[in-house]
Amino acid sequence: MKELRLMKGNEAIAEAAIRAGADAYFGYPITPQSEILEYLVEQNPEETTGMVILQAESEVAAINMVYGAASTGKRIMTSSSSPGISLMTEGISYLAGAELPCLIVNVARGGPGLGTIQPSQADYFQSTKGGGHGDYRMLVLAPFSVQEMADFVSLGFELAFKYRNPVLILSDGVIGQMMEKVELPEFQPRKTDYEPWGTTGKTPDRERNIITSLNLDALEHEQHNFKLQAKYKQMEEEDTRCETSFCEDAEYLIIAYGASARISRKAVELARAKGIKAGLFRPITLFPFPSKELNEAARNAKGLLSVEMSAGQMIEDVKLATGCRIPVQHFGRYGGVVHAPGEILEALEKLKDNK
Amino acid sequence: MEVKDIVNEKNLVYKPSELLTGATFNFCPGCGHGTVVRMIMEIVEEMGIQGDTIGISPVGCSVLLYDFYNIDVIQAAHGRATAVATGVKRVLPEKFVFTYQGDGDLAAIGTGETIHTCNRGENIAIIYINNGTYGMTGGQMAPTTIPGMKTSTSPLGRNVETMGYPLRITDLVAGLEGTYYVTRQSVHTAAAVRKTKRAIRTAFENQKLNKGTSFVEVVSSCNSGWKMTPLQANQWMEENMFPYYPLGDLKANGELIKK
Repeated sequence: MKELRLMKGNEAIAEAAIRAGADAYFGYPITPQSEILEYLVEQNPEETTGMVILQAESEVAAINMVYGAASTGKRIMTSSSSPGISLMTEGISYLAGAELPCLIVNVARGGPGLGTIQPSQADYFQSTKGGGHGDYRMLVLAPFSVQEMADFVSLGFELAFKYRNPVLILSDGVIGQMMEKVELPEFQPRKTDYEPWGTTGKTPDRERNIITSLNLDALEHEQHNFKLQAKYKQMEEEDTRCETSFCEDAEYLIIAYGASARISRKAVELARAKGIKAGLFRPITLFPFPSKELNEAARNAKGLLSVEMSAGQMIEDVKLATGCRIPVQHFGRYGGVVHAPGEILEALEKLKDNK
Repeated sequence: MEVKDIVNEKNLVYKPSELLTGATFNFCPGCGHGTVVRMIMEIVEEMGIQGDTIGISPVGCSVLLYDFYNIDVIQAAHGRATAVATGVKRVLPEKFVFTYQGDGDLAAIGTGETIHTCNRGENIAIIYINNGTYGMTGGQMAPTTIPGMKTSTSPLGRNVETMGYPLRITDLVAGLEGTYYVTRQSVHTAAAVRKTKRAIRTAFENQKLNKGTSFVEVVSSCNSGWKMTPLQANQWMEENMFPYYPLGDLKANGELIKK
């Protein structure tokens, strides 16, 4: 049964995982996402749904527990925040190389290094361009509400299994920590069927299943990479998501995701009240980036403004998508500082006045 | 009498396990890996648990374990095998899960995972080959390289003052409450091979008891890395490795063995 609750973003993601029939969660505490592990342990789903919850000794161990458990073809999840995700990138590269589905949540904070515990979007490059070694991508979902934190869990699992690939929910400290009304999804049963490729023990009716990312033959390994690249291409064609607001007649378009998108939406309303034809384009999948959709939304645009809580990372994808045919500017706050709607409006006015 | 007359069913005293794929082992002649790798499949076959066994292969000489085994195998990142095994065992607690790791993998880059997996008492078998060197990458110093031992990164011999002391990680894990069975064996003689096989069988049987981690160290030679003939390597191992890594059980049935 669907249920309305007032919850933190982090709690919503944890509750949604139980309801999505997740088989296991392995994690390590780090601010601002520790509530995910805390909530899960407190709910004790091991008794109700059989979902395994384990606090690992490090992020490195946690992601490798995910690797092992995901090898069995079950629904496995972890979460962390920026410095912890950096530690996990080794394992994420292996997961992508071995084509294992799993759900990873990054409730991002300001960096580089230990940085701050305040929200940030400075992990865009790391999330969308590979992060770890080798040519790989993750499908990246960027929620901008507590509702989407909950909704993207089952969607994330679905996409992870569709592509046999890790899926990342790239959230931030604002969305993770804020409380909002959320309609929780209905309980889904845990997976009982085995994936044909899973290492569940070789039965007489099938060949042994091997999970590996190693291939010593370069030509064979190139074929494997061709296959991976084809998969990422398919993600672009079939699973690109975005949302537009006030874009139909927009002359000036803000491109923003996550917490920045929420604040930018307010800035657009302020701009509209002043007679500026502003619109908001919100990528929901950061990889694949909704390039076609952005071009369509920006057909009448005279200027684009990439609003990010970073020094300008997504702006590169905005420029690539639009081929630099429309002037693009970046407006960012860095290192854990969150934009105010007024200053985004100011940046939009400067763009309009071509300053 | 010709060779073909000798090699026939009637004279057969040993044949490889049905659970070996028949792929040629990539180990150097004289190395202990081949013996341990094949005896694990003998045990799985004898116990009739092929369909319930999941192996975790490491990075290093035995990275290609999955080529040899006709069971489900997961290849782990360097040092992370016990974390991977934890993930598998937690979601499939009724299965037999084992890791097979060398000293560089288990006692250097994977120290954290090893200690914490044993400390949690994960109900798995850890098979650990200690040859005091990084075999696959060309014989560099390992955490287990003994004092004075020459390797490609300690060409003058391991100097404990600058390079630290060898890590007796087996002694370390024996002291953890989570371990149930901890032993150190070798495979340099037929008798030693039989004892090691019994030890590994015990490690597998222990999983049925659900009492905690079983840890089997096998002190082995690396004649290529040590730059010796197989015979010299075995002799050197007996004279130099065994005093530093004495053979025998360290913990049985959850109790430390008093010496």
